[in-house]
Amino acid sequence: MYPKRISAIKFEVLSPQEMRRMSVAKLNNPETYDDDGFPVEGGLMDTRLGVIDPGLKCKTCGGKYGECPGHFGHIELAAPVIHVGYAKIIARLLSGTCRECGRILMKDDRRDKFIREIERLKALGQSYEDVLKEIFRITKAAKKCPHCGAEQLEIKFEKPTSFYEVIDPETKEEQKLTPKDVRERLEKIPNDDLPAFGLDPKSVRPEWFVLTVLPVPPVTVRPSIILETGQRSEDDLTHKLVDIIRINQRFLENRDTGAPQQILEDLWELLQYHITTYFDNEVSGIPPARHRSGRPLKTLAQRLKGKDGRFRGSLSGKRVNFSARTVISPDPCISICEVGVPEEVAKELSVPIFVTPNNLDFAREFLRRRESPKASYVIRPDGKRIRVIDSNREEIAEKLEPGWVVERELMDGDVVLFNRQPSLHRMSIMAHYVRVLPYKTFRLNPAVCPPYNADFDGDEMNLHVPQSLEAQAEAKILMAVQEHVLSPRFGGPIIGGIHDHITGLYLLTRGEKKFSKEEAMDFLRAVDLSEIPAKEEYTGKEIFSFILPKISIRFKAEICQGCAVCKEEKCENDAFVVIEDGKLLKGTIDEKAVGAFKGIVIDEIMRKFGAAVTRKFIDDMTKLAIRVITRLGFTIGIDDEDIPKEAVQQIEETISEAEKRAEELIKAYREGNLEPMPGRSVEETLEMRIMQELGKARDRAGKIAGRYLGMDNSAVIMAVSGARGSMLNLTQMAACIGQQSVRGERLTRGYAYTHRTTSHFKPMDLGAKAKGFVRSSYKSGLSPIEFFFHAAGGREGLVDTAVRTSQSGYLQRRMINALQDLKVEYDGTVREQTSGVIVQFKYGEDGVDPMKSFRGKALDVKRIVKEVMGVKE
Amino acid sequence: MVFKGGRSMKVSLQDHVLVPKHEILKEEEVEELLKLLRVSKEQLPKIKASDPIVKEIGAKPGDVVKITRKSLTAGVSIFYRLVVE
Ligand SMILES: [Mg+2]
Ligand SMILES: [Zn+2]
Ligand SMILES: [Zn+2]
Ligand SMILES: [Zn+2]
Repeated sequence: MYPKRISAIKFEVLSPQEMRRMSVAKLNNPETYDDDGFPVEGGLMDTRLGVIDPGLKCKTCGGKYGECPGHFGHIELAAPVIHVGYAKIIARLLSGTCRECGRILMKDDRRDKFIREIERLKALGQSYEDVLKEIFRITKAAKKCPHCGAEQLEIKFEKPTSFYEVIDPETKEEQKLTPKDVRERLEKIPNDDLPAFGLDPKSVRPEWFVLTVLPVPPVTVRPSIILETGQRSEDDLTHKLVDIIRINQRFLENRDTGAPQQILEDLWELLQYHITTYFDNEVSGIPPARHRSGRPLKTLAQRLKGKDGRFRGSLSGKRVNFSARTVISPDPCISICEVGVPEEVAKELSVPIFVTPNNLDFAREFLRRRESPKASYVIRPDGKRIRVIDSNREEIAEKLEPGWVVERELMDGDVVLFNRQPSLHRMSIMAHYVRVLPYKTFRLNPAVCPPYNADFDGDEMNLHVPQSLEAQAEAKILMAVQEHVLSPRFGGPIIGGIHDHITGLYLLTRGEKKFSKEEAMDFLRAVDLSEIPAKEEYTGKEIFSFILPKISIRFKAEICQGCAVCKEEKCENDAFVVIEDGKLLKGTIDEKAVGAFKGIVIDEIMRKFGAAVTRKFIDDMTKLAIRVITRLGFTIGIDDEDIPKEAVQQIEETISEAEKRAEELIKAYREGNLEPMPGRSVEETLEMRIMQELGKARDRAGKIAGRYLGMDNSAVIMAVSGARGSMLNLTQMAACIGQQSVRGERLTRGYAYTHRTTSHFKPMDLGAKAKGFVRSSYKSGLSPIEFFFHAAGGREGLVDTAVRTSQSGYLQRRMINALQDLKVEYDGTVREQTSGVIVQFKYGEDGVDPMKSFRGKALDVKRIVKEVMGVKE
Repeated sequence: MVFKGGRSMKVSLQDHVLVPKHEILKEEEVEELLKLLRVSKEQLPKIKASDPIVKEIGAKPGDVVKITRKSLTAGVSIFYRLVVE
């Protein structure tokens, strides 16, 4: 059989005749099961609608449970009822047509002009909603029918399903239109007028918007469940349908016995309520129907809508087999391309072995094994799946032949996909090789945290096992971690050293430190090296060079102070890195060399030696760095931010001076002597200059603190090497937190009345203290007022991130939906997949893969020249 | 543009720095382009016949316009559009 292609989908409205035609049973009994527990004839569980009990057979098709797909039934409504979903268009039709003759309230030529406009827009595939609105506006305003001359009354639509006619425009007296009245009016509208309301007469008649028959979905759509107590619990839809049938029958009985009009009207209202909530239980204007427990019922619309609805919950995203999810934790001892999988998970997940003459013995081995990794199932060529247990292992192993499939447990070396949400870029799902390990968490090398944006504060990740050989090959070739060291976002490495890796290598390579043979061996123990020149002493730079591939490169390190003229090799700060032929000659290895996002060395290795060598370098580099930092020792404590008395004194003075200068500025402003800056008001000028002064003061305080902390301070080492934290963080801890701001301005409150931020200040106080300048440090602690200002400033950041994530998430979804069918073809053009329409004649106009670009540039001319001309510049 | 005295001044859109170069492709060139890209005319990007630049160069529906743009990434980039109603 060839797969069929859907060329179009057309939506129509069901007519009463069609509902009856597709129905196999007319239902009129509110009971579901009789005393013996059998479905009642004419009830909602009628066996003609299909069966959900394993013992019963369907009366319509004879199928058992699982065979019969279920069949629709119907309820003949005692009185017509408005369909909520169509209430709005009913309102449009009632207002737009004559109450006497049913014609559109518009002359024919005008109507035809509008219809032509709608056709034109339809053909262009554009929205014609605006035309419909215009027609509605015109017809609603008509006072007299242009066809029969009848006076028109205003129609009022009250949500969700009520319609009124204003009989007297003076007194605003209203008369209710019953669904029956509404239906009669809709019946009168001629087919020729329908296109003007956006309806196609070939598929819709407007009176069908008022229900006289209600289709009842098959029982398979609303199966009941048996509770542990043995009690039957019905689906919410069944509950709702029971209500509908009950009221419907009561209405019939009352009408037949000639009950008063009022009672009938109340029952009619009730029927309308039940049918409305049957379609949508979240309609505004009416209370939702509730379960006995008080829980709102989940009716038709609720099944489709929202995150767990049919579309977002079952179709766009669904739960899958061969997957696992658990907490992640770090393991620097495994490779970046591996993932540690708990034994429990490995036992549960399986990989198929497709048995051929060549792997028959290999497959048999798993069948005979009694401990993991062992075979868990075999599938015979006839599709029969047999569970492998200790008692049948040998027997199955004997029978095994080519064509069978053996499902074995996950084991070391299997390829799996590893994922962390939110999956915002392609590096959010990468292929890793399995390492089965004890304990209950997934283990990953900390160097792959940046692409996943993962940390270990409780993050969980997902793992998927590709089942076909094609999928496995694709994962290995296209999705492997080492293929994603360079990011297509900025053309630089996204996988590289973080935190301790950077600190470790900084400690190792800074200056001319010497290490004994023993120390060197200990550092390099975890690294796979075949040969090391025999020496009594090694410098840190030599040790690092052992793991370095043969690259040549020169660059300024992260610790570079940015001297006016770089002294390059002669930098007294050891901040200029020179690597020649894989030997680190000068400079310190830090974030700029091996960090994720910046790592120039990683970048260079990737371009020169490719993915495999880069992977090995990152593995070795992280292992070396971790061993160095553990052996040398590295720690920070609260007293790392202690500064001597004289430093505190100097900082105090600096800040006091700045505050005084701010006061002077305010004085000048008050006396009218402040010169405004170009394009600014005097007030703005004052604010800017005060901010400037206070900002400068904090920087100066930070400099003082930094001077006294010194380069041996652990926190300073982390900040300058780029491992973690910044000098600003240190300044705020040791010296001064500085100005707090909201929307880039000093804190301000109460222009109209109070003129001050809090009651601790005089009105109109513009001084530093009164408007959110925090002169304390985190170490010394904040005063209550400072603390309040700090909270106000900190809150802005929190609000910003909350707003940004939701906005960018929505943008991301829209982008994915808009771009999902675009593909870069082999000829470099970008085309839409189904229509073949060209979007770009050359991808990105230059045809360059951004991942293979050099930090966004198509080529790095300097590097090419250097390579061709020889290393020396 | 028509001035008070009835004098008119022709403004060429092509002279503006922000308007890239547009030219009508010859019949053979169109053939060649479509063959190279292995597409039908309808699969090319479109431009409206009412577009001022299309009117200026006198392209008619069915013509293919070649647009030569300055590009940030590639220096010069070439684009083609089919003129439609
Ligand atoms: Mg986290
Ligand atoms: Zn059936
Ligand atoms: Zn009329
Ligand atoms: Zn320098």
